[in-house]
Amino acid sequence: MAQRIGVSAEGHGKMCLAVPMELTDVRTGGRGTARADGIVRDVDISLIDDPRTGEFVIVHAGFAIERLDRAEAEARIALFEDMARRVSTPEFAS
Amino acid sequence: MKYVDAFRDPAASRAVVSELASLAGKLRESGIRPAIMEVCGTHTMAIARNGIRDVLPPEVSLISGPGCPVCVTEPGYIDAAILAATRATVFTFGDMLNVPGSEDSLATARAAGADVHPCYSPSAALDFARANPARETVFLAIGFETTIAPVAALAAAAENGLPNFSMLTALKLVPPALAALVSDPAVHIDAFLCPAHVSAIIGSDAYAPFAGPGGRPCVIAGFEPLDILYGIRCILAQLADGQAFVENEYARVVKPEGNVKAQNLISRYMEPYDAAWRGIGVIPASGLRLRKQYGAMDAESRFGIRVEPGTPPTGCRCGDVLKGILNPPGCPLFDGRCTPENPVGPCMVSSEGACAAWHSYRRIAPAGKDA
Repeated sequence: MAQRIGVSAEGHGKMCLAVPMELTDVRTGGRGTARADGIVRDVDISLIDDPRTGEFVIVHAGFAIERLDRAEAEARIALFEDMARRVSTPEFAS
Repeated sequence: MKYVDAFRDPAASRAVVSELASLAGKLRESGIRPAIMEVCGTHTMAIARNGIRDVLPPEVSLISGPGCPVCVTEPGYIDAAILAATRATVFTFGDMLNVPGSEDSLATARAAGADVHPCYSPSAALDFARANPARETVFLAIGFETTIAPVAALAAAAENGLPNFSMLTALKLVPPALAALVSDPAVHIDAFLCPAHVSAIIGSDAYAPFAGPGGRPCVIAGFEPLDILYGIRCILAQLADGQAFVENEYARVVKPEGNVKAQNLISRYMEPYDAAWRGIGVIPASGLRLRKQYGAMDAESRFGIRVEPGTPPTGCRCGDVLKGILNPPGCPLFDGRCTPENPVGPCMVSSEGACAAWHSYRRIAPAGKDA
């Protein structure tokens, strides 16, 4: 589980991994709390303009580097779901 | 994981693979055998881990690029970091520990007693400096734009009130490296699969100089397998239509202008310089360093350390691997003298290095396939 958020079993950083996490708390001083898959982390949110609780951000090395646009994400998921449905039709299988 | 698992769906992957085959058929008729460079080391690792080469049409080749920060860091930087560790407590990303310097690595220095701490976040160095005001603390700041933004935030946090904190920087920029690659006659690249999170900082507009008439398709893709497959599909579609434009297929994170707040912070603290890339050489304006007025945070000036080029290992072909001229198995040291357990070159050290990726995953590839 820990490896999925960019920390190896030894606790050493794999430097370029970054994952989407949900902001659960926004504090002063550019700090906040984010969670993903039950993992909760203190993150630096000073690189994000006007961060809000409930937003998803991409967290890299403990810093939120950009917010995730949920509408864009959902649209892309819908595209892939549509492609998956087509691949499962008998016409495609043949 | 939310917004991760949906981009790993096997059925959708099969659909994209089917489209890839169809597009490759069109390219075949035109005699095009596309060579696509995945610029970023995280893409390199994801491609290897997910067996993406195995599902690509045979005429499509993926070439690993220079986007692994550990891999392009000069041995002389490691030498300087080891020297810094004799005068300060040093914090580093874990990937750096086993990178060979001219003679030693940070891991061997640490085993000999140097005060070197691997960390997940650079904030750990800041926290240590705050808690230990009498102890000099140095963060080894290496990386591309994805890491440069946090490093700039670190500088902002340390600027006032942390006189015992400094950074030894080797920060590099992706666009100047792409410019160097496309101007090198030895390098043959038909399209770029552009990085995900570097692009989150610099924006999709940053690739405009490499696209357009006479340019190459530049497609930004996320790091999940479906993102990568779909990005390659978009590249093939552009090539089949004779097009070359910037296409952002990671719009859920990347904006045309990038993260402007991060860019402004970076500009405030850092300035470009001609940086040396391990195995490649000096690329004009391809690095960032702290501006002169922030010299107190610069470990080089603080400790009188100079980062020299250092001595690269004999026989290592990491430079050619990083330029996409050579695949890792073409290096005479690969999987012989050079393994992840006993790395000779940096591309075998980092989990995102092309050699480490080929070493780790080629053995589970189907017979007859390289990786």
